Amino acid sequence: MKNRMLRELYAARAFIDRNLNLSKRYWKWELVFLVYTIANSVTIGFIGRGVESVTGTSIDAQFYILYMLIGSILWGYLSILFEIISETVTWERWEETIEYTFMAPVHRATHLLSVCGYAIIYGIIRSSVILLVLSFFFNLDMSSANFASAVLILGIASFSFIGLGMCAAILPLISPEKGIQVVSIFQSLLLMFSGVYYEIHVLPQWMQAVARISPATYALQGMRASILHGAGMGDMVQYIVPLLFIGLFLVPFGIALFIRMERWAKQKGVLKRSG
Amino acid sequence: MIALESKNIVKYFQKKKETSWALNQVNLQIRQGEIFGLLGPNGSGKSTFIRIASTLLVPEKGNMSVFGYDVVKESQKVQRLINRVSVEASFFRMLSPMENLLFSAGLYGLSKKEAIKRINEICETIGLEKKRMHDRIKDFSRGMQQKVAIARAFLTNPPLMLLDEPTTGLDPRAKREVQQLVTDMNSRYGMTILLTTHDMDEAERLCQRVAVIHKGEIMVTGTPEHLIQIQESKTANPTLEDVFLAYTGLTFSQVETEGVGV
Ligand SMILES: Nc1ncnc2c1ncn2[C@@H]1O[C@H](COP(=O)(O)OP(=O)(O)O)[C@@H](O)[C@H]1O
Ligand SMILES: [Mg+2]
Repeated sequence: MKNRMLRELYAARAFIDRNLNLSKRYWKWELVFLVYTIANSVTIGFIGRGVESVTGTSIDAQFYILYMLIGSILWGYLSILFEIISETVTWERWEETIEYTFMAPVHRATHLLSVCGYAIIYGIIRSSVILLVLSFFFNLDMSSANFASAVLILGIASFSFIGLGMCAAILPLISPEKGIQVVSIFQSLLLMFSGVYYEIHVLPQWMQAVARISPATYALQGMRASILHGAGMGDMVQYIVPLLFIGLFLVPFGIALFIRMERWAKQKGVLKRSG
Repeated sequence: MIALESKNIVKYFQKKKETSWALNQVNLQIRQGEIFGLLGPNGSGKSTFIRIASTLLVPEKGNMSVFGYDVVKESQKVQRLINRVSVEASFFRMLSPMENLLFSAGLYGLSKKEAIKRINEICETIGLEKKRMHDRIKDFSRGMQQKVAIARAFLTNPPLMLLDEPTTGLDPRAKREVQQLVTDMNSRYGMTILLTTHDMDEAERLCQRVAVIHKGEIMVTGTPEHLIQIQESKTANPTLEDVFLAYTGLTFSQVETEGVGV
């Protein structure tokens, strides 16, 4: 039993090391995406700074910039988690290593959770770099922030996003061609519905209803409450509970469904071949 | 002891409205310690058979077991006992052989320290240059890539090794080296080997027993000598090639020009 645990741990480490190595070897692409994300965030910051002069009304620009940048950084982090996890299958299929990884004696939960672990480490490092660059451009006043609440919400939001990513990873498994396209559409809808750059009450009623089932909505609201308003643990409950709920459902459900669909893929013969 | 047993295995693929048959009632027994050759033209179902044994495909009907464990119901137990080399090398192209092999070793539960030791031993045996172990695999020749693929498979010391056309597309020298390695591993460690090929020379040189598969059906099973002997009543001075032709109805050049199968 102990032996088995140890083997799964070595396997987990192997997955994380492999992803680190891939990031290292594809560093030029990493740089491209990082520059792209930073430029995006900086642009959004400047939009905030320009609101007063465009509309001719006076607003708390400093506050608004921070509001927008929280959206941008947190969305960047959550999308990275979502992308890394949902591309687990696509990437291996493209490299043609998929059969070797799927015939190895590793529990699928170990496989998926290690990729999630990597995604979290990677996402946090990346977001920190972005935050650092942004602080050169904008005077980010976080004096009223409650960082303990912020860390808590980040942790729990990561958990529910992992669940979402796992469910998304199943699509490329069962449909080599269309899977990844559907995942991309899903991701962009998540951006539109979840109030990344606005409060969800500006949305039409039906969109607000959708927003309320998106974990990103609660993550963003919770993060803004803690950074902008210094909300303490007590105030965070309303965001933490739905996130925890979604995560506790999606993570085991995602793993179980993945295992089922893997079996289906092995029956249909779509693991490797397309078509 | 039986290393691999296949009972009435049926496998077909349904894509849209078309059904392609891959295996039809395949019965085989591979004994522990032997090199068994599965010979057949392209599309005859060799890779499908190997994939079922590798837990990568689930058959429609029948049972297959590896050292007594069912490949579908006890797949993780089976996975510990096997490894595989396929026609395509299948690596993370931008990673080095070392990085690829460490990944694979980790998946099979080896610690990094054990893995590095094993990798160095294997590379010595196979003749992989140490100084190239940190270059990107995509810059390697096909022969070199195939050697790394072989290293990956032998790394885990599997009691049953599945070799799916390991020498197809290799130059004659690399081919000889791979064949030598296969016999060495078999005689030195008693590793059971299932080898698919459409190179009759290779089959005759390496395999203790062979089966000819054609359109998903096993046509005949036996030692190469025995099959040749049977053929003597029909052809003068027959070779294993003649046996192959007799059961598959293909001329040998037809088999060759169909190219590398997947
Ligand atoms: N994943 C798959 N999806 C659809 N058809 C497949 C798949 N794998 C194999 N086949 C079909 O099954 C038959 C046997 O193929 P295969 O086992 O690859 O033969 P071989 O390895 O002997 O060349 C072929 O007709 C092939 O097209
Ligand atoms: Mg084949």
